[in-house]
Amino acid sequence: MNTPNDTPAGAAGEAGSTGGRSPGEDLITFTDVTKRFGDNVVLDDLCFGVEANKHVTLIGPSGSGKTTILRLLMTLAKPDEGTIEVDGEYLTHERKNGKLVPAGEAHNRAVRKKIGMVFQQFNLFPNMRVLRNVTEAPVHVLGMEKDEAEERARGLIELVGLTEHLDKYPTQLSGGQQQRVAIARALAMRPKVLLLDEVTSALDPELVAGVLDVLRDIARSTDITMVCVTHEMSFARDISQKVLMFDQGKIVESGSPDKIFNDPDHERTREFLSSVH
Amino acid sequence: MSRSWNWDAVWDFMPYFWDGLLLTLQALLFGTLLAFSLGLVWAIALRGPRWVAWPVIGVTEFVRNTPLLIQLFFLFFVIPDLPGGPTLSPLVAGSIGLGLHYSTYTMEVYRAGIEGVPAGQWEAARALSLPMGHTWRAVILPQAFRRTVPALGNYVIAMLKETPLISTIGLTELLLTAREYGVQSFNFMEPITVVGVAFIVIAYPASLLIRVLERRLATY
Ligand SMILES: Nc1ncnc2c1ncn2[C@@H]1O[C@H](COP(=O)(O)OP(=O)(O)O)[C@@H](O)[C@H]1O
Ligand SMILES: [Mg+2]
Repeated sequence: MNTPNDTPAGAAGEAGSTGGRSPGEDLITFTDVTKRFGDNVVLDDLCFGVEANKHVTLIGPSGSGKTTILRLLMTLAKPDEGTIEVDGEYLTHERKNGKLVPAGEAHNRAVRKKIGMVFQQFNLFPNMRVLRNVTEAPVHVLGMEKDEAEERARGLIELVGLTEHLDKYPTQLSGGQQQRVAIARALAMRPKVLLLDEVTSALDPELVAGVLDVLRDIARSTDITMVCVTHEMSFARDISQKVLMFDQGKIVESGSPDKIFNDPDHERTREFLSSVH
Repeated sequence: MSRSWNWDAVWDFMPYFWDGLLLTLQALLFGTLLAFSLGLVWAIALRGPRWVAWPVIGVTEFVRNTPLLIQLFFLFFVIPDLPGGPTLSPLVAGSIGLGLHYSTYTMEVYRAGIEGVPAGQWEAARALSLPMGHTWRAVILPQAFRRTVPALGNYVIAMLKETPLISTIGLTELLLTAREYGVQSFNFMEPITVVGVAFIVIAYPASLLIRVLERRLATY
């Protein structure tokens, strides 16, 4: 499989530049974030950071709030309390005269452009062919010329191994192929941060490996910061430098994959790991 | 006083028939355009903020729950009496009445079509930062429309069958043409029958066509 750097026009190679942020600095910062649905406290006064260029995996039982974290980052939901910063800018808030105020749509759109997301259910646009799924946002959001967007899209589609399916509609593809298109679509926006929410859990088992291989490639060959929710522990071990274990909206513990998977401090983590193995 | 079918009366009636058909189809065309576009505006407004959605709900409920005939009378007889109210021709008043009335039904069709688009589509568009207007145009409505085509088509047929109501404000559409011919010639049987057959000849193939479209559009 090609790595992104050999694809035409640099394809994903130029994605996710850190914009002068030195490694080791946090690209994402959650500060005292609380999210409730009614009485259900889904995220409880959460604080954590993700360093630029690093890949972090979130694990934890179903309902522990992992998806909610990604949805907050994608501004598909708003925190009830606390702030989230991405690349030095607040999500859903902006600084005005030294004060934090709810952000206007322009601010939100600008920040959102730095973040890409791949969903469990792919969410490709079924009314558009594969190529247009990938070019739509670069053309209409980044203002890229159609020819340039298509050339880059071809590169990305090659990267995910679907060159022969460019002109198909999503429903003509397998789930694994659809998910790879969704990855290409997210990369086409050159995000600094890529959010992956259980991207293989809707797939038939034999299709999982293909998608994970593509993601391993991207993790290796780009400097995109990734926040990944997955139950594929070997994949998490391969790509991530840090693992956060969640339970009931709180971080139980965090550490290197080796530490968390081989020698966790908490019983809760051990229980969880044995339940998914 | 029975009498037998008279083909001469049919041939005699036909020139008037074509004139009536033209007006019926014109009213149907303009009414359909209005119902389709206005209904879409209502449906999108329903998803807007409350100060947009609530007045739309009020107006459309009012229009849907009052008889079309009253709306036609209002447009044709009452509006010209209002200060600055324009005088509308029967065709214009009839098309507006028909289109406005049916826009409250097409609104529901669009609404269901839009709600049928999975939430994940909105979220994907949002995650790609697609602007709202573009999300509607390129993502949501194309998917919603395929689900709406059969139901919209059925409303066009329903509107066709309502066009005779417009004769009450003086539009000499098919049925009024037939009646006027009958009054003058004392032959009602042939013109009324011809007009009845004409409605079937238009409506039945149209409903077959809708069924074909429905199957075609069921999948991508
Ligand atoms: N839109 C919502 N409305 C109400 N409750 C929600 C909503 N989204 C998530 N939740 C609740 O929030 C909790 C965490 O959900 P989620 O973040 O999806 O967990 P995970 O991804 O770790 O399985 C669950 O209890 C879930 O029921
Ligand atoms: Mg989840």
